[in-house]
Amino acid sequence: MAPEPPLLSMSGITKSFPGVRALDGVDLDVQAGEVHCLLGQNGAGKSTLIKVLAGAHQPDTGTIHWRGEAVTLRSPIAAMRLGIATIYQELDLVEHLSVAENVHLGHEPTAAGFVVRGKAARASTARLLKRLGHPEIDPARLVGELSAAQQQIVSMARALSHDVRLIVMDEPSAALDPDEVDNLFRIVGDLTADGVAVVYISHRLEEIRRIGDRVTVLKDGRAVAGGLPAKTTPTREVVALMTGRNVEYVFPERPTKDATADKPLLQVRGLARDGEFEPLDLSVRPGEIVGLAGLVGSGRSEILETIYGARKPSAGQVIVDGRALRPGSVRAAVRAGLGLAPEERKAQALMMLESVTRNVSVSSMSRFSRGGWIDRAAELGAARAATRELSLRPDNPNVPVRTLSGGNQQKAVLARWLLRGCRVLLLDEPTRGVDVGARAELYAVVRRLADEGLAVLLVSSEVPEVLGLADRVLVLREGRVVHTAPARELDEHRVLDLVMEGSPAS
Amino acid sequence: MTQHASPPRDSTGKVQSVGAPPAWRGLMARADVRTLSLLGVLAVLIIIGGITKPDEFLDTRNLQLVLTQASVIGVVTVGMTFVIISGGIDLSVGAIVALASVWATTVATQEYGFAGILFTAVIVGVGCGLVNGMLIAYGAMVPFIATLAMLASARGLALQITDGKTQIVTVPSVLDLGERDAYVLGIPPLVMVFAVVTIIGWLVLNRTTFGRRSVAVGGNAEAARLAGIDVRRQRLYLYLLSGLCCGIAAFLLIILSGSGQNTNGNLYELDAIAAAIIGGTLLTGGRGTITGSVLGVLIFTTITNIFALNNLQSDVQQIAKGAIIVAAVLVQRRTASTT
Repeated sequence: MAPEPPLLSMSGITKSFPGVRALDGVDLDVQAGEVHCLLGQNGAGKSTLIKVLAGAHQPDTGTIHWRGEAVTLRSPIAAMRLGIATIYQELDLVEHLSVAENVHLGHEPTAAGFVVRGKAARASTARLLKRLGHPEIDPARLVGELSAAQQQIVSMARALSHDVRLIVMDEPSAALDPDEVDNLFRIVGDLTADGVAVVYISHRLEEIRRIGDRVTVLKDGRAVAGGLPAKTTPTREVVALMTGRNVEYVFPERPTKDATADKPLLQVRGLARDGEFEPLDLSVRPGEIVGLAGLVGSGRSEILETIYGARKPSAGQVIVDGRALRPGSVRAAVRAGLGLAPEERKAQALMMLESVTRNVSVSSMSRFSRGGWIDRAAELGAARAATRELSLRPDNPNVPVRTLSGGNQQKAVLARWLLRGCRVLLLDEPTRGVDVGARAELYAVVRRLADEGLAVLLVSSEVPEVLGLADRVLVLREGRVVHTAPARELDEHRVLDLVMEGSPAS
Repeated sequence: MTQHASPPRDSTGKVQSVGAPPAWRGLMARADVRTLSLLGVLAVLIIIGGITKPDEFLDTRNLQLVLTQASVIGVVTVGMTFVIISGGIDLSVGAIVALASVWATTVATQEYGFAGILFTAVIVGVGCGLVNGMLIAYGAMVPFIATLAMLASARGLALQITDGKTQIVTVPSVLDLGERDAYVLGIPPLVMVFAVVTIIGWLVLNRTTFGRRSVAVGGNAEAARLAGIDVRRQRLYLYLLSGLCCGIAAFLLIILSGSGQNTNGNLYELDAIAAAIIGGTLLTGGRGTITGSVLGVLIFTTITNIFALNNLQSDVQQIAKGAIIVAAVLVQRRTASTT
């Protein structure tokens, strides 16, 4: 390496919040032009570290050197002035402003000091978007009208509108389709070729292999390994560092008994929604897990939500145990024994201010109440039993649900339906935001619920997850089922072929 | 199998251990910090009152007066608290109190005596709540706008009914409830009604499915809907409840003033919202307590009383109220942040 100092060097960073030491003497150094990956489970301290780097948190102790000089990052603006830009996972864009206005928010090109030069802003935004490979985004459009992937591009354009030397990307690929991920990687490659450093956070090890130069692994607020070579360090070693143990990325055994003899519990006949998905037929038997594989925008989530009654179908029927449900009624679906674990857990499933108990009992309140009067001891007991059955941690249903990890929050949602006595479980991206160690456990839970006689319909953008967990797989493309097969007859490449545009529909 | 979840934190960011007793203590501490600080403020006010006007402030009659004045706005605030917890707002409470009080005191209504007045006040309140609730729940109107429209219309209708005149109550059984003879163990009937409404409100919020659903709708309406709660019906019920409380408050005001006026209940909406906010109810919904709101009402009423006894003008009172609202919210943000 060159003798010059690293672009960024953080050493001995500690940061405590009341009662919790989020960072405990973390070192991180980043060279100009490298992709430095930051790995760690939820709660390992990644977010806190990048917030310190972005100037959003002040460290308690530790030093930060920027191009060899000691600096303090007092505020996000101070960090930005040095050339550090952060693209957060939850995009911080203003929906009601245009693309150009968002890109230049806070540093608008002005005439006479205060009159915004809209044309100049749009022109420079167009240049940035072109550089990012998305010239089709109109700088004058409102950000709220764009897709999630396009919004991310806008967010990146905003970062590049400053004179950046280091970009922090917090799980940038989480909301992207594979081809968009390719574009993202191309952008990252261009940036590093220009000498810009990228700090890249991801759960996906294969991405880190593809674009990473070095890896720093965080665990429980400490850097357990710094600057490992990203391409050559064995996966097993990385996982072991993250979890402190060796993990096999395993799926539970499928039951040997053939369930095709049973009558379907959930039947969907000709269900359709104009502009979202075409008439769909499917059935799920008790004990069976059926997977829907498809890209973002293939209509997966829309299908689940329509089956669940959260969206009104334009045609077709949902039949549970031989009886057709009233279309477009969540309450009818819940009464018939359907339960949904939605994609956006925090926004769609959980009351984040409330305890685990109340989140679990919310769909079964009539069971613990007489004349509207709640028997709280019975409620607590039932919630405790349901969460214990799923080994939810911590084993205390009185804690607020927001303090749980992603995997345990998902378990709280499952416990809700378990308690309700639900018979058909609809799972939308059940392991999104769930760290590697907790996934296997969640898979085991889902399989066990199926073994106990539930019918499970699973949607996931992670093909290995669908193939590993489901018995039968429906492959979707642009709102249409293009292939149906038992999971053991498919492999990842075949599914990806089917899912991608241009491959022959079968 | 081990789990690597981050340690759970309560709202103050402290680590809670998993065993039962510390969690229980943590919950107690959290519930109590807010209530205790409000009780502390009230105690300080009482001390100030006692020092500045020792004879007048601590006089039984004065304390009875303070509680009586708190009763009317207090009943309104209980209903308002439910609405705010559910993520809504009801700007029309003062206007509904005015309309209910004048409708219940027209010559025609008074012919039906005590029951006629009570029945009319309650029905008018519930009726206005029904209109609010239908517009908001099924007409998909923003609560702020729907209840603002109700505020304007109900005040207008109240003026039309009275033609701006004060309607004197001539039904003795109603007036008698405001007399000292009706006090039980020194407690005015109005205060007893307030106490009963408070207790019922607390029970409904904390012990019934209705209360749970209200909190769930306020905490995350989409999650509540997907969990199978009928969110629209719940919203309708909440505005009905607020209207009911306004009707009861109007009846109390009729007893207290012996009349019905179209100017009754002026700015009650602001007082009720302010009391709920300093009591710890989140304006965004999902969290709030009846205890806090009632303490908020008592704090405001006590301030008004102390200022009046010390011959301070109402402009000074208003400034003090504003300062207290800001201070309360700042203190609460401090205790609730860091997560």
